[in-house]
Amino acid sequence: MIVLNVNGKAVSVNAEPETPLLWAIREHLKLTGTKYGCGAGLCGACTVHVNGKAVKSCLTAISRVEGASVTTIEGLSGDSSHPLQKAWLAEQVPQCGYCQSGQIMKAAELLKKNPHPSRDQIVEHMNGNICRCGTYTRIIAAIQRASQEG
Amino acid sequence: MNDQQQNGLTITRREFLGSVGWLTFTVAFAPQGLLVMSEAHAKAANYEIGAWVRISPDNIVTILTPGAEMGQGSMTGVPIALAEELDADWDRVRLEWAPADPEKYGYARKRGELLSYSMAIVGSRAVMMYYEGMRRAGAQVRKVLLQAAAKEWGVDPAELSTEPSMVVHGASGRRMTYGEVVAFAEVPDKMPQISKSEFKDKSQFRLIGKPVARRDIPDKVNGTAQFSIDIQLPGMVYASTVHASVQLAKPKRWNDAEVRAMKGVIDIVKLEQGVAVVADTFEHVLAARKALAVSWAEGAVAEGYDSEKALASIYPKIADDNGAITKTVSNKGDVQAAFADASKVFKATVRSDYGYHAQMEPLNGVARFNAAGDRVEVWEGTQAPGRSREKIAKALGFKPSQVIHHQQYMGGGFGRRSITDYTIEAALIARAIKRPVKMIWTREEDLAFAMFRPQSLQCVQAALDKDGKISGWRHCVVGDGNRLLHSGIKIKNYYGIPNQFIEHRGTSHGIRLKHWRAVAHPFNLLAIEGLVDEMAAKEGLDPFEFRRQRMAMTSKAKRVFDAVEKMSNWNTKRPEGRALGLAVTDRSGSLGAGVVEISLNRQTGKIRVHKVWVAIDGGTIVQPEMARRNVESGIIYGLSSVLKERATMKGGKVVQSNFHDYEVLRMSEAPEELHVAFMDRDTKPTGLGEIGNPFIPAAVANAFYALTGKRLYHMPFTPARVLAALKT
Repeated sequence: MIVLNVNGKAVSVNAEPETPLLWAIREHLKLTGTKYGCGAGLCGACTVHVNGKAVKSCLTAISRVEGASVTTIEGLSGDSSHPLQKAWLAEQVPQCGYCQSGQIMKAAELLKKNPHPSRDQIVEHMNGNICRCGTYTRIIAAIQRASQEG
Repeated sequence: MNDQQQNGLTITRREFLGSVGWLTFTVAFAPQGLLVMSEAHAKAANYEIGAWVRISPDNIVTILTPGAEMGQGSMTGVPIALAEELDADWDRVRLEWAPADPEKYGYARKRGELLSYSMAIVGSRAVMMYYEGMRRAGAQVRKVLLQAAAKEWGVDPAELSTEPSMVVHGASGRRMTYGEVVAFAEVPDKMPQISKSEFKDKSQFRLIGKPVARRDIPDKVNGTAQFSIDIQLPGMVYASTVHASVQLAKPKRWNDAEVRAMKGVIDIVKLEQGVAVVADTFEHVLAARKALAVSWAEGAVAEGYDSEKALASIYPKIADDNGAITKTVSNKGDVQAAFADASKVFKATVRSDYGYHAQMEPLNGVARFNAAGDRVEVWEGTQAPGRSREKIAKALGFKPSQVIHHQQYMGGGFGRRSITDYTIEAALIARAIKRPVKMIWTREEDLAFAMFRPQSLQCVQAALDKDGKISGWRHCVVGDGNRLLHSGIKIKNYYGIPNQFIEHRGTSHGIRLKHWRAVAHPFNLLAIEGLVDEMAAKEGLDPFEFRRQRMAMTSKAKRVFDAVEKMSNWNTKRPEGRALGLAVTDRSGSLGAGVVEISLNRQTGKIRVHKVWVAIDGGTIVQPEMARRNVESGIIYGLSSVLKERATMKGGKVVQSNFHDYEVLRMSEAPEELHVAFMDRDTKPTGLGEIGNPFIPAAVANAFYALTGKRLYHMPFTPARVLAALKT
């Protein structure tokens, strides 16, 4: 039994220490907004925050985040009020939507440390997150909008 | 056939689905298409009916949407047409998935005398196929409401008008919401007929052509959008199937005892083409997958297959072999004479590698049987709910009525998800273990057991007559996959070429193949438009001018070419190291022309596409913003495939395994600018989901020629191929 702090709540997970955080979040805790895309840290669909830092949960063992603060898309805001979520809505970014939790979590890390990133900084930061529907230009526009509207 | 019969849906009578006080309009079908009929008639003929539109006393209109949603916006785009003619207040419209029942909710397709119904959202069909039927249904419901209100008020229905979800009597100023009308209205046995002239005029549209937010987006920014992979059921366990690395080889035996002894493993289920491990958690499934060692039966067709060798040396032989199995795709005019009389003949040989759909959500399905084992519920994301339900039933020896189908959002489809092999596996596993199961293929499995866009070799030839006009065209495509190689190969609605001979020379490798976004258009258009560009260059003409002077362009084609020439400022000089390429784009009734601006790193061989312009005639654009994004998506999908994506097979096995060696386009490689314009047209909507990618390969290759004087005729244009081309 491993105790995790997810979205501000202490929760216990009955799983082996090496269990990927992704599957603990999705199937043990039923927080399914975080997605499985590749299982190998290549696509970013599983991105969550650990102590404010974006990590790929498919490659993160739960033993490594014991005691740390984990935030998933469900914990980013209770009501889609995060500036990025508002910008994502305004720009109508998602298409299939499967990668978008990961995209938003990755972008949230950027805006936290750099509230006004340049286009190049956005691209460099987001490059590990694949969007197969090709919403890249809309993601950039949404991050710029969130950065302006805060 | 009157205009009511062109589409498969209409509204015939009411049915209270346990909701007292609601007005429910139902849809019914006659075998000969669509007939407006009385209830008695429908009953006598035993036509099945189902709910289509419900209006509740609190003035909420619920519309069942058959637009399977994989990111293209159909779940919103399809019912908008109904809401428009109903004049419903969109803010008071709710959407529900239409059940997987094509006889009630499908569109009608006529092939010869054979009429069939389908809910398959493939080939960019959703809005195109449902548009008119949806409009008519909305107009019928509105007419019923107007007639009821007129009777209640004792006025002539002609004196009434509507505002969103409101009936208005202008003369007296009386108003009633649709919800209020429902209190006394009845759906007549014989629904009112609607002629096309009763449809709203474009100037009256409140929804069509206006920006309407997609209904799926709010749930896609907060993690609540539900995909089948997200389903949670009480007592549910997990499974994953291991298939042979040589596709379609059958399992013989495996280390059963060893894997069964592993922590959490519940069962191991043999399937026809694989072995599924079942465990209490997905991490235990993954561990068991890793430990599972299966020996596979010999004799699969794909055994020993080397795709690169086939494309390099076997396909050219088939192209030249007059004894090869050929299929004539199109033969018109006198091609032999055109070539015999030609003043010049041009030729090109074009190749294209296998492509993988790479939808972001690895394929998965959830299944649960009832205690008696004679009924199954499935949860899946599918492009073809009707066919899916049928196939699942067939695999289980059930009737479709024994399968309850729950449609979910799809994490990408791109043509892969109109065949439901994945959910069939989930259902077979659930039956074997007698427990609800969520079956997920790993990404590696999704790729190894993929259904690919086939590789192909194209030989194209064009004949110029004495005036330099294109008089003859030959196109031979070699490869596996039959019709999967034919789409876009006929030059039919843009250039008038009098004499054409198009053939397919087949082979078979035992590799699973499937429709991919725009199917064969991207590589067929690379061959067609690559050769057109080559001819223009050799004749010393600008690519636009060559088309205008030497080819009989249709007026539709002229319009889109003129538009993109302006949009891209084609004649304006570009910065040093940049060049433009032009190509036509064509798919599902839509036509366009596109231009790309590229640069090249001559050391690494990497092509960068900076800007893209495309002008499209897609008929009436129901949702311009949604449509624009759909086209942008196609452009990125096309760039990804032509700059990066390639699957190969060695020793019969798929070489690539995940996104590190099957690379797709990333943000840093996306163009800085995408410009999409739609022609202002009043004609029927045509498909837009796949119009964005067919022109990309040829446009990039043609830009590469403009920049370097070299031709790229093998897609993808990987750095290695680019460097090799530069050395020629």
